[in-house]
Amino acid sequence: MNTNTHAEEAHAGASVGTNLAIWIGLVAITGLEVFLAYKQLQPTLMLTILVVLSLVKAAMIMSYFMHLKFEKFSLVLWLVPAMIFCICMMMIFFFPEAFRLLQLRPH
Amino acid sequence: MHDVKTDAATGAAMDSAWSGGTPPFAMGSKKLGMWLFIVSDTLTFSVLLITYTYSRLTNPDWPKPFPMNPAIIFSTTMTVVLLASSLTMVMAVMAAQRNDRKAAVLWIIATMAGGLSFMGLHLREWFHLFEEGATITHNPWGTPQFGAVFFGITGMHMTHVLIGVIYLGIVATGYGRGKFSAEDVEVNGLYWHFVDLVWMFVFPLIYLMSVKY
Repeated sequence: MNTNTHAEEAHAGASVGTNLAIWIGLVAITGLEVFLAYKQLQPTLMLTILVVLSLVKAAMIMSYFMHLKFEKFSLVLWLVPAMIFCICMMMIFFFPEAFRLLQLRPH
Repeated sequence: MHDVKTDAATGAAMDSAWSGGTPPFAMGSKKLGMWLFIVSDTLTFSVLLITYTYSRLTNPDWPKPFPMNPAIIFSTTMTVVLLASSLTMVMAVMAAQRNDRKAAVLWIIATMAGGLSFMGLHLREWFHLFEEGATITHNPWGTPQFGAVFFGITGMHMTHVLIGVIYLGIVATGYGRGKFSAEDVEVNGLYWHFVDLVWMFVFPLIYLMSVKY
């Protein structure tokens, strides 16, 4: 019985209005990104802003559309830190070697 | 630890996920399996996007073939179409959870229409680039890696969309006939939202970082 109650709580999710608000927010952030592209920012600054905005959009989609906000918090603790750790490891090993190879490039 | 009740005969902990017999995350194995797949697929796309970002920033002559009008307006429309299909998928999952099979199937069909529209628009974009002379190994604008990166990443994403549309079709048929449960629709929804989520990174990094002014 306990498990069923948990499952029902987990399935509750957000209301139609909340999901619609999230969707409007996602479209608005997309509009902001396009506006930034129109403003012709310096590539590194542009990249940083775009990645941050994309992470915000990803968090909105995962939390509300994918119901992660309404699942048990232990699931978030199980999935998200492991994923971030793997991405950090990829970046730690990839970039130093990639930049070393770049310096070897004939000019 | 002090709150854990123990069985008088065996001393085993009761009412705890560790005692077995209850799903530890209060969800079925299908949903948990989909979450694990999503984590692994996130890493696949991360590798592609990290290496792309490196190539983009370290090549000063990186091609910029996307003018604001029409390419960026076109790709923004594709983004909004995909986002709209995510909203229809949310509605499908909500309909399935209140056991309204007819509404759920109709919302899934609307999601499939969104996915197919996205693919149609994307293929039109691809053919336009082919006409301009861009292939996977060559382009008339600059660094030849552009084709491999652009067609590789967007092709990988489009493959996911295609698989998603087929998956939606199978679930809509099965759920409409009463063979699948609301959980199957929800798991399908997780996959579809993930495809949408990946595009939230592909669109700004590939298109908005290569705008022709």
